[in-house]
Amino acid sequence: MFESILSYGLAVGAVYALIGITYNVMYSASRVFSFTAGMLGMLGGVLGAWFIAKLGLPVIVGLVLVLACGAVIGIVTEIVTVRPVLKSIEQHLYVLSTLAFALMVQQFTAIEWGTEAQPFPRLIPIGPGWLDQQFWLPMLACAATIFGLEFLYRRTLIGRAFLAIAEDSYAARALGLPEQRLRLASFALAGMIGTLAGFTGAEMLLAFFGNQSILNFYGFVPVALGGMGSNRGAVVGGLALGLFQQAANFLVGGIFAAVAVFVVFIVVLLLRPEGLGGAAAARRV
Amino acid sequence: MDASAQPISVRAARPSRLARLEAALPWLALAVAGIGLPLLDDSYAGVIAQRACIYWILCAGLNLVVGFAGQIAIGWVALLTLGAYTTAVLTAGTVTAEWHPYLALAASAVFGAIFGVVVGLPALRLRTFYFAMTTLGFATIVTQVALAWKSVTGGGIGTPGPVFPWPFDPGWGFYYFCLLLAAIATWMTANIAHSRFGRALVAVRDAEVAAEASGIAKPRLLVTVFLFSGALAGVAGGLFSSLQSYITPDAFTFDLSVLFFIAILIGGRGSILGPLLGTIILTVLPEFAAPLVAWSTFLYATLLLLIVLVIPGGIADLLDYKNRRPLEQHREITPRPELLGQVFRHGRDSREFTLSNIALHFGGVRAIDGLDLAVRSGEVHGLIGPNGSGKTTTLNVISGYYAPHAGEARLNREPLPFLMPHRRAAYGIARTFQTPRLIGGASVLENVMIGGTIDGQATFTESMLTLPRHRRDEAQLREAATLALTTVGLESLAGVRADRLQHSELRFMEIARALMLRPAFLLLDEPAAGLSAEEIRRLGALIKAISRQGAGVLLVEHHADLIFDICDRVTVLNLGKVLAAGTPTEIRSHREVVSAYLGA
Repeated sequence: MFESILSYGLAVGAVYALIGITYNVMYSASRVFSFTAGMLGMLGGVLGAWFIAKLGLPVIVGLVLVLACGAVIGIVTEIVTVRPVLKSIEQHLYVLSTLAFALMVQQFTAIEWGTEAQPFPRLIPIGPGWLDQQFWLPMLACAATIFGLEFLYRRTLIGRAFLAIAEDSYAARALGLPEQRLRLASFALAGMIGTLAGFTGAEMLLAFFGNQSILNFYGFVPVALGGMGSNRGAVVGGLALGLFQQAANFLVGGIFAAVAVFVVFIVVLLLRPEGLGGAAAARRV
Repeated sequence: MDASAQPISVRAARPSRLARLEAALPWLALAVAGIGLPLLDDSYAGVIAQRACIYWILCAGLNLVVGFAGQIAIGWVALLTLGAYTTAVLTAGTVTAEWHPYLALAASAVFGAIFGVVVGLPALRLRTFYFAMTTLGFATIVTQVALAWKSVTGGGIGTPGPVFPWPFDPGWGFYYFCLLLAAIATWMTANIAHSRFGRALVAVRDAEVAAEASGIAKPRLLVTVFLFSGALAGVAGGLFSSLQSYITPDAFTFDLSVLFFIAILIGGRGSILGPLLGTIILTVLPEFAAPLVAWSTFLYATLLLLIVLVIPGGIADLLDYKNRRPLEQHREITPRPELLGQVFRHGRDSREFTLSNIALHFGGVRAIDGLDLAVRSGEVHGLIGPNGSGKTTTLNVISGYYAPHAGEARLNREPLPFLMPHRRAAYGIARTFQTPRLIGGASVLENVMIGGTIDGQATFTESMLTLPRHRRDEAQLREAATLALTTVGLESLAGVRADRLQHSELRFMEIARALMLRPAFLLLDEPAAGLSAEEIRRLGALIKAISRQGAGVLLVEHHADLIFDICDRVTVLNLGKVLAAGTPTEIRSHREVVSAYLGA
């Protein structure tokens, strides 16, 4: 039992962490919290199952296509739901526009793909237990994403430009950085990370349109608690959340786990609205 | 001047009979259609209408939360679920003795109210998206609990809904019950919307800082609204369980929550009629096109996206043709300082406000560094200095937005607490802002009425039922606001949406709002910025006249001429410290001030 708590917990946790990073990448570039993070996760699973199981494409081709779709959807998200409302960010219209877009995609998926959860093909036929891909694949994806992002942000010029935008987009623009293009690129990147999360986690979570709201919520919990924009918070929080959920699932039942996560989420945020790792924003009168 | 000897009569303009008829017309049409529906003798139409009524009962309350207070509560279906199970389980008698259905419905209202506060509580601390997420999470949890708690809810199999006995038995009887409750819900929310509570909600949404400065306590206000909205959702749930005749957790999908939420936004924020029409349209629309049923949520979402991007004001904005009529082009603001005697009808006794040794730093920046300042009743005190010298920060300390790291503030030697800006209004401290804080969608008169919120006597319940005290409040507030507007010279614009005003007019509107408190101390933050020379002259005369009514005015300004014209005393700040203080003549010849700030 201990082993399955650990393996399931870390695997689900890795998916949550990746969705959390998806939130962060979009947030850093635009200060927008986007409801599309969970949608990308859901699409990763559904599109993967469609390309590989239904259309019979090779695994690698399927994965590349899924990531490409993710990037395109990320770009569409930026153009349709973020750019038009960014001028008046204090009105929080982005909450509504990204919610609307995410719902449209979700409903479209429900109608075209079906509302039943469908199995995701087994890509690498090894193992029972730990060696089973459904456990190690999400963790591998999570580790790869973190190292990739770290390399991008620390070692490449474009990555530093991302950081500059995240730190102070106004000053970055004054320095001549193409803020709009960088934002677009960030959303494409977020699209790829989100769909990767869904793709690698889909054998466990299945290809199911309802995963959207679950991933939206459980992907947001770690970033909200860890402090918005902090990838370290997202990973630590995501893995902890996954482990806690699975432990509670096995020991006391899933409902208790859901209620407990919700209560912890609310209580922590009420005590520290900026998250455990974040700094309080100064008030501007 | 002796204004009391010859009072100029200022009456609140009553809307003409024709205008009132025009406003009542859509409601009359809806009432006739609602009451006459059974004549169609179409029982299916009856079911649809029942559903529309029930949805509206919930949306009416949610409208105050979403449309007025601007809280993005997307998981309100959770309260419908709760209300439905409460009524159904209590009447079925699975847990307790069997309750009478009407009594069970009342219990649903109580439960709904309690959980409305539980769901809403995070809104007091959290930012929009965070709050949206918590409501979403709550909705998921309630469904899961309903599925798992088999002994009470029947789990996935469900539980039968109640049947309401005579006179509201199933069929048209139940329809009239729903219609009646929907009408009551509409009436109550409309009363709230047109009371100081409704205006305060919108103020919290659009101009939170100004709301606090006017003495509006956001937590208390929101909790009251969540109670009310939750109760309505609970009632809607109880009726819904009877309409469904059998309820399972599947009946309460998230799509329903989306429908409620979108109906309100399509209708328009801050309107009652708009969201009502939105609810009816969204409930009825899928019935006209059967193939669309599967696509209905997709269409709602598309509609939401279009509304957000194209007409953020919703239906209500489209219907608001009055505010599209062009305004007069060359408007002049002519304040009437002679009316101030009526504004400050009860003279205030002499007071003194002192700051002693205040220090405040942001990180390493010392914004204020050991500041002493005294403002006395009846005088204009100028606060000048270069940019970044701590002028606005000083105002924010006085208003209670910042707590200084050292020093204290006293009013008549009584210490003032910090960090409670909404308590300042009760001390008679009013202010304006460097960038005007306004409620763009509300009329100029309503914006000014916000300033008098703490003068209202009626409770939320009294306002909800339009009891006499509420009506007296409204009449008084309206009259005082009209007087304040006439005093600053904006009375002709009272009915215009505030976001259509010119910048200079907004500055005067803010002063009118501050006058509603009959302030003992008035803090003005660069009131002359962006005004023409002639307007500055009139503003100066107005400020001077306000101080002569016994108010202490603290004036932050960059226009040196205005400062030296009207101030009785001037304090010059530099780098958070007092560089000089004295009469205008002393300051004008102060060597350091001239070299650091004024220039030769």
